[in-house]
Amino acid sequence: MFRFASIRLLRALITILAVITFAFVVLRLSGDPAQVMLGPDVPQESVDAFRKAWGLDQPLWIQYLSYIRAIFTGDFGVSMRDKASAMQLVIERIPATLQLTIPALFLKVVIGIPAGVYAALHRQSAIDRGVILAAIFGFTIPSFVMGLLLVLIFSITLGLLPSGGQDTWQHGILPTLTMSIGGIGILARFSRSAMIEVMGQPYIRTASAKGMKWQDVVWKHALPNAAVPIVTIVGFMVGTLIAGAVVVESIFSWPGIGRLLVVSVSNRDLAVVQCILLLVAATMVVSNLIVDLLYGFLDPRLRAQSAH
Amino acid sequence: MSEHFKTPLIEAKGLVRTYEVRQGMFGRATPVRAVDGIDLRVMPGETLGIVGESGSGKSTLGRMLLGIDPPQEGQALFEGKPMPKLATPEWRALRAKMQFVYQDPLAALDRRLTIAEQIGEPLAIHNLVPKPHRETRVAELMSAVGLRPDQAGRYPHELSGGQRQRAVIARALASRPKLLVCDEPVSALDVSIQAQVVNMLRDLQEKNHIAMVFISHDLKVVRNIADRVAVMYLGRIVEEASSDVIFKTPLHPYTKALVSSVPVPGKLLQGRVILQGEPPNPANRPSGCAFHPRCPLAADICRTSVPQLLSVADGRTAACHMVTRAEASVAA
Amino acid sequence: MTVTDIARPQSPNLSLFTRFIKQVRKVPFSVTFGIVWLVGMVVVAVFADVIRPYGITAMDLRARLSLPGNPAHLLGTDELGRDVLSRLLQSIRVSLAIAFGATIISAVFGTVLGFAAAKFRGAVEHLVLVLADFQAALPFLIMSLAVLAFFGSSMPLLIGLMGFYGWERYARIARGLAISASAQGYASAVVQLGATPGRVYLHHILPNVASTLIVSMTLTFPEIILMESGLSFLGLGVQPPETSLGNMVGFGREYLTRAPWIMLAPAFVIMVTTLSISLVGDWLRDKLDPTLR
Repeated sequence: MFRFASIRLLRALITILAVITFAFVVLRLSGDPAQVMLGPDVPQESVDAFRKAWGLDQPLWIQYLSYIRAIFTGDFGVSMRDKASAMQLVIERIPATLQLTIPALFLKVVIGIPAGVYAALHRQSAIDRGVILAAIFGFTIPSFVMGLLLVLIFSITLGLLPSGGQDTWQHGILPTLTMSIGGIGILARFSRSAMIEVMGQPYIRTASAKGMKWQDVVWKHALPNAAVPIVTIVGFMVGTLIAGAVVVESIFSWPGIGRLLVVSVSNRDLAVVQCILLLVAATMVVSNLIVDLLYGFLDPRLRAQSAH
Repeated sequence: MSEHFKTPLIEAKGLVRTYEVRQGMFGRATPVRAVDGIDLRVMPGETLGIVGESGSGKSTLGRMLLGIDPPQEGQALFEGKPMPKLATPEWRALRAKMQFVYQDPLAALDRRLTIAEQIGEPLAIHNLVPKPHRETRVAELMSAVGLRPDQAGRYPHELSGGQRQRAVIARALASRPKLLVCDEPVSALDVSIQAQVVNMLRDLQEKNHIAMVFISHDLKVVRNIADRVAVMYLGRIVEEASSDVIFKTPLHPYTKALVSSVPVPGKLLQGRVILQGEPPNPANRPSGCAFHPRCPLAADICRTSVPQLLSVADGRTAACHMVTRAEASVAA
Repeated sequence: MTVTDIARPQSPNLSLFTRFIKQVRKVPFSVTFGIVWLVGMVVVAVFADVIRPYGITAMDLRARLSLPGNPAHLLGTDELGRDVLSRLLQSIRVSLAIAFGATIISAVFGTVLGFAAAKFRGAVEHLVLVLADFQAALPFLIMSLAVLAFFGSSMPLLIGLMGFYGWERYARIARGLAISASAQGYASAVVQLGATPGRVYLHHILPNVASTLIVSMTLTFPEIILMESGLSFLGLGVQPPETSLGNMVGFGREYLTRAPWIMLAPAFVIMVTTLSISLVGDWLRDKLDPTLR
């Protein structure tokens, strides 16, 4: 088990390092960083001073190493817009994003998984068909369309809910809903097919043939086995929470990380962009790691296979 | 009896092949000797049958003879020259002279191409026949193996098992090879079809003067086609002799057990030797003679020393302490 | 094993037309609808210049924000008097062209890498797998935003960027199928015949892999459309004066209250198109390879 965990941890660290390297490479490729960071109207002496201050006249590999060091001390540089520390700006926005993403995740899991499982156990019922339909919609309606449609219906036509800003808790309803609807459909469909596959296995038939109560068959045999693929998808969804927030926060003018990212990209505020990029990568990697470790816990076969 | 002074078509000298097998997550890697020192030779036009259970290493040996699996020790020689390294242009060019017939014809054929295209593929690869004449040659090959001309446009899954194997054989013969290595070519077929295919192989071999190495676990089939038979156990040859001799008077206890299980039509099965113990596991090789845990004749020496393959009569060899001692005492 | 050793009868020689009709009848309605829609979209994409009633920047200032249904502007106009229908047709062309180009780039790139990993094993395989893991580790949207931040949004960059979407899926499929082909099957048999690796891959493995790859392409194609639309919606994808479906939705957002049709038309097209591709893709997958899920 220890070996399993340490391999996973190592891979996670390597992935983070790869992302850092990616950011470094792209940054260097996109032109002279000093020029880019400072903007076009700055006199040459400032550019040179900047380069010296940042060690940009050093050989590339030294730059790489100091880049890594800077990241680990949380120093991403200064945001061009606000002259505040990039890291600071990002951290300030995290709570706002969490206010949307955590309830959204909660809804996805609490509605999606049971709906999917129920649909699998009651094939051809209304719920089953409903789940399939919901899944199709979840997949084909992009979040920006969904968000705008919801605004059209609930804010403009019905006048029930506000459409922008973060003032009251009611402001959070539509954004959270937008974030969760697609995910509910996808998670429901996925849980449904995972459950169907498990229920088709011979050991389920054996269990019920042994005279086990149907509830016990489902709770003790089917669900734990279906849990593995479902946990994977949930883990994946956790990792992509911030990505999902990007569009939604832009539509609803919600002051979270997603919106910050879009604004920073438009302004080419590279310090902030790098910071967010690494934050997202770290989130993704950590959630994958947790899922992997949970796997090893849930499925003993995977523990045995992992050492190659 | 006079020795042939021709060079053997294919010769193996001390072939050894080992695999590394890891036991579970924390186990150490144990080397497994699939082929443990094999010497043999096949003359042009001759058929050598290689008989053994699964785990005996016979399939690995077949691949080594063709140069597909490289030996860790020893050499395989073709027409007196060492086998070129796998996947080099020389190795590829040599394929025209030596071919392989597989156990599962469906797996060996590309499901997207017609059998006519596949039979003609060696002609295209080695540029043996100019394009306009290829169709005629393919038709010749098809009729030689007993396939009808209207089957040329069929796909592998549209044919029966026997027909597929005929197609594989036709493809193998396209480049007029001098050697055919067949690994369990009829095991996946119905018993009635097996006989047809084996007879066909024999006829083709005689007509075209092809040497054959016929690998099988099924003695009944080998008997029909082989001139000489080598019996393998856990990577070593335990007995080798001409086909008639080995069936009439098997010497090695393992061979005796195998032969005694072959039914002879018209007679009751008598004197059948039933082997005790577990089938051989190459990862867990017994000490001394690998067969000793199951051998009715096992003595102390069998537990400690590995018997060598020694000549016990003209054109016969056996690897058994009991046999060689007995023959030696007879000769003495 | 005792299997009855008989050949399957060859399909009877019905006329080509009769067989075609039989095939069409077997197709479920939703899939037919999807196919018809997609064909329509492709026609629009190819002939947009000819079909389009107006230029995409042509402004009819007297008819600003007019409602759809009037004969001069079937789908209405936007705040600058530009004909929504014309812009929609052009957007379809742009979005489809980007998605199509990106899908091809991604498929070729991924397949080549997958084959390379299967053929050379060792370090090459490790490198490809690590790259694939890396690609799967970062949400594509975030990564594209980062790249766009550094390099700015230009059309070639956008297509190239979208071309990285999903390559790792093709790579994994190609690698898996190539490995299984060589391990026990026809690929090793053909090598045994003396074929060069080039012949083995081009003549045998690729055609066999193609059907699986095509199905995978039908899965990534709609995702690329959605991704590009999302980026364009945020103002970071296709830049004006060019117009794309996401672009139009983004612009239409400001006039949601007064002129919702500006946003609804492209949104509708996005939804129905991705739905159609999903339906057709699912059906294709079932037909070509029922063991895939």
